[in-house]
Amino acid sequence: MKQFSNLISAIEITNKTNAKIDALVNYFETAPDKDKLWLIALFTGKRPPRPVKTAFMKQWCMEITELPEWLFLESYSTVGDLGETIALLLPQPTHQLDLTLNEWMKELKALKPKSDEEKKRFVLEAWSGLQQQERLIFNKLIGGSFRIGVSKKTLVNAMAKLTGIDANQLMHSIIGNWDIDSISFEELIKGTHINYDNSKPYPFCLAYALEKELPELGEPNDWIVEQKWDGIRGQIVKRNNEIFIWSRGEELVTQQFPELVEVISNFSDDFVIDGEILAMKDNAVLLFNDLQKRLNRKNVTKKLLEEVPIGFYAYDIMEFNGDDIRETPFAKRRKILETIFNSIALPAQLKLSFIVDFEKWDELHAIRENSRAINSEGLMLKQKASPYHTGRKKGDWWKWKVDPLTIDAVMIYAQKGSGRRSSKYTDYTFAVKKDDALVTVAKAYSGLTDKEITEISRWVNKNAIEKFGPVRTVKPELVFEIAFEGIALSNRHKSGVALRFPRISRWRKDKPVEEIDTIENVKQLITAP
Amino acid sequence: MPKENPLIKFTKKGIYCPQGKFYLDPWFPVDYAIISHGHADHARWGMKRYLCQNDSKAILQHRIGADIKIESLGYEDPITINGVKVSFHPAGHVIGSAQIRLEYKGYVVVFTGDYKTQPDFISAPYEPVKCHTFITESTFGLPIYNWKSEKELQDDLQNWVRTNQANNRTSVFLGYSLGKAQRLMSLLDGCDEIYVHRAIKNLNEAIEGSGIYLPETKLWSADLDKKTLQNRIIIAPPALLGSRMLKRVPNAATAICSGWMQIRGNRRWQAVDAGFAVSDHADWNGLISAVKATEAQQVYVTHGSQAIFSKYLNEIGIKADELKTEYGNEQMAQAEKETEKAETE
Repeated sequence: MKQFSNLISAIEITNKTNAKIDALVNYFETAPDKDKLWLIALFTGKRPPRPVKTAFMKQWCMEITELPEWLFLESYSTVGDLGETIALLLPQPTHQLDLTLNEWMKELKALKPKSDEEKKRFVLEAWSGLQQQERLIFNKLIGGSFRIGVSKKTLVNAMAKLTGIDANQLMHSIIGNWDIDSISFEELIKGTHINYDNSKPYPFCLAYALEKELPELGEPNDWIVEQKWDGIRGQIVKRNNEIFIWSRGEELVTQQFPELVEVISNFSDDFVIDGEILAMKDNAVLLFNDLQKRLNRKNVTKKLLEEVPIGFYAYDIMEFNGDDIRETPFAKRRKILETIFNSIALPAQLKLSFIVDFEKWDELHAIRENSRAINSEGLMLKQKASPYHTGRKKGDWWKWKVDPLTIDAVMIYAQKGSGRRSSKYTDYTFAVKKDDALVTVAKAYSGLTDKEITEISRWVNKNAIEKFGPVRTVKPELVFEIAFEGIALSNRHKSGVALRFPRISRWRKDKPVEEIDTIENVKQLITAP
Repeated sequence: MPKENPLIKFTKKGIYCPQGKFYLDPWFPVDYAIISHGHADHARWGMKRYLCQNDSKAILQHRIGADIKIESLGYEDPITINGVKVSFHPAGHVIGSAQIRLEYKGYVVVFTGDYKTQPDFISAPYEPVKCHTFITESTFGLPIYNWKSEKELQDDLQNWVRTNQANNRTSVFLGYSLGKAQRLMSLLDGCDEIYVHRAIKNLNEAIEGSGIYLPETKLWSADLDKKTLQNRIIIAPPALLGSRMLKRVPNAATAICSGWMQIRGNRRWQAVDAGFAVSDHADWNGLISAVKATEAQQVYVTHGSQAIFSKYLNEIGIKADELKTEYGNEQMAQAEKETEKAETE
């Protein structure tokens, strides 16, 4: 496992994607065949079920180290990762176990049905026979999660660099159905188990943010304007009775959205269409927050399918019955899309992106302003004559998003991050005034630079009121401008409001805490839909 | 908060001995300061008189000023100040670092400043001193901090340098100019040519001036050509991270050397190529064994994990209280940065 352990160390120390890819290539060049397959399986979520409960691992570690639980928890809150905490707390190993990744995975698979006593014996034996970093890897193998900054895309790019095979094909290969016991690495990368001709996607056409005045775009009549939706951009490929859904990050997400596959299978034509995957219920688009519940799930439960149904707004078509029509002008492509969508009784979950009716540019301002009320994030402006470009090209497509809402709030709690950010206070809770007191309105953790985070962490260290546990209560002193996309009344929140996608837009060093917003100000931002 | 102690008082200016009329590592200007070691959060500017261990004298003069009024003593060479017997004992932290032992009418207080129990190749090894009151630091007062032996660290660092050389890369180590830099020099001695930043070079010269041997190093200056530096070793203060000077190093692989590097998250926070847990402070087992070896009836815990460490000591039957001071990592980082900046200019 030394080799795998070294790979993980190499990957996690760097934030350069190329260095990660090189480390992966190096591993693929030297590791045993089955180990490579395990690496792919582990990094793509094809992991065996967890054989040992975390609670047991914590308990056994406390038994061995004779530490009180509070001290274990303090350690955990400093480290930010249970497997790593245990690896650091355990005493020096007494001997050296040398198994390959594949051998460890086999052992762990066999461990699952065994008794707790047998599991304990096995884990303790492993702990005392592994160095610190290998111990950490072992603990991670039990949990099966490797959040170390390697996306499927990075993995696939490394495999592409190694083999010269097209990255999207490799993506299809690793996502496709394969079983570690009945495939070789060679077969997997060659894709003997898939038919890539059926899944091959097109690069997405991307838009820039609008950077000029509307009249500068020319005649309104040369443009088609659509609502912009805030879901995940997706490409649906339907060829020879097979359906594939690609995300914008060039990952295959077909299995995550079974209801989309079902509605698409109603069409008789073959096509490749571009659109937005959204949470949709009773004909209305739900919040991105709802959609998130459906993302990156290994299994979609029936309950979840009912709670957060997925819909699709079709924007464009790139291929029709085998013909690449990306050079056909957008207005014509749109007509083809309409014909296809009119060929069946369209289910509620499948919609054509609706076109905004306007004659003069000025009319668009009010329509854009109203976007928030229908959970849209603004407008898309597309030149009627535009081809479906490869990637981002300026001029033909523009996105014109609504401005975020903002409030000024004060930080009252700070919490350390996890992973790369476990040493810094990165997660903050903000409050606004309510009469003479403060009331929590948002938690936010993005939007600051590393430098600002370091500065704030130092301030938190000096100004913390509580010393134990992961959360620090701080003096209400630092004021931040919080931006968010929407606001709704909520009885689940103490403040009575829920903010959508709150993030820190800037640190208001210039503002004293007396000048933060009141909850009344905040509530006034709510517009009746 | 700490109760009355027969020999020391905790004041706004620092830890004070009313009988002896002196302070220990005060953070505001006072008449008479006894200094544990040369780091900027312990040895501050503005004291009318300084007393330190012999090997620290040149360091204090170099960092605070050549004209300060300063006296020094060897280890275990007591003097009496206003009836209080004062002596220095090795703390194993940096060159010249000392625990300060005070004795009056049979009552003994030991103040550690900063210390490390594991021996290294460069500073006088820590020696436990029995006392009634023990004032200990707690920088790494959590059981997740346990250091590798000096030999293992040496292997880790030198292997890293060799791997870098195989890949045609120059190894850059970042560590404070006082303490960490000399420690790294001793760990890397004989591995390859070592270049050091001017702030470190100047300090080295001050240290060597008081008769202490240091491994051989060369000055890393801006006018050295790339060929000369290629594949060699450079040691620089952490403040240089991201600087133009560092960016000019050919094919640099950068490593941060600090106890905080024990945790993956900390290693990944900084955009560097490696992090080594090389610390000049006691690890968890070091702190516990040090406290036990003093047989103290009362322990005061200063900078670091004081809440956690004192709570744990009380649980294992050792009476301990937290003590708020102006020493510690953040202060250290800030103070050292300023000192190093001044030294660089």
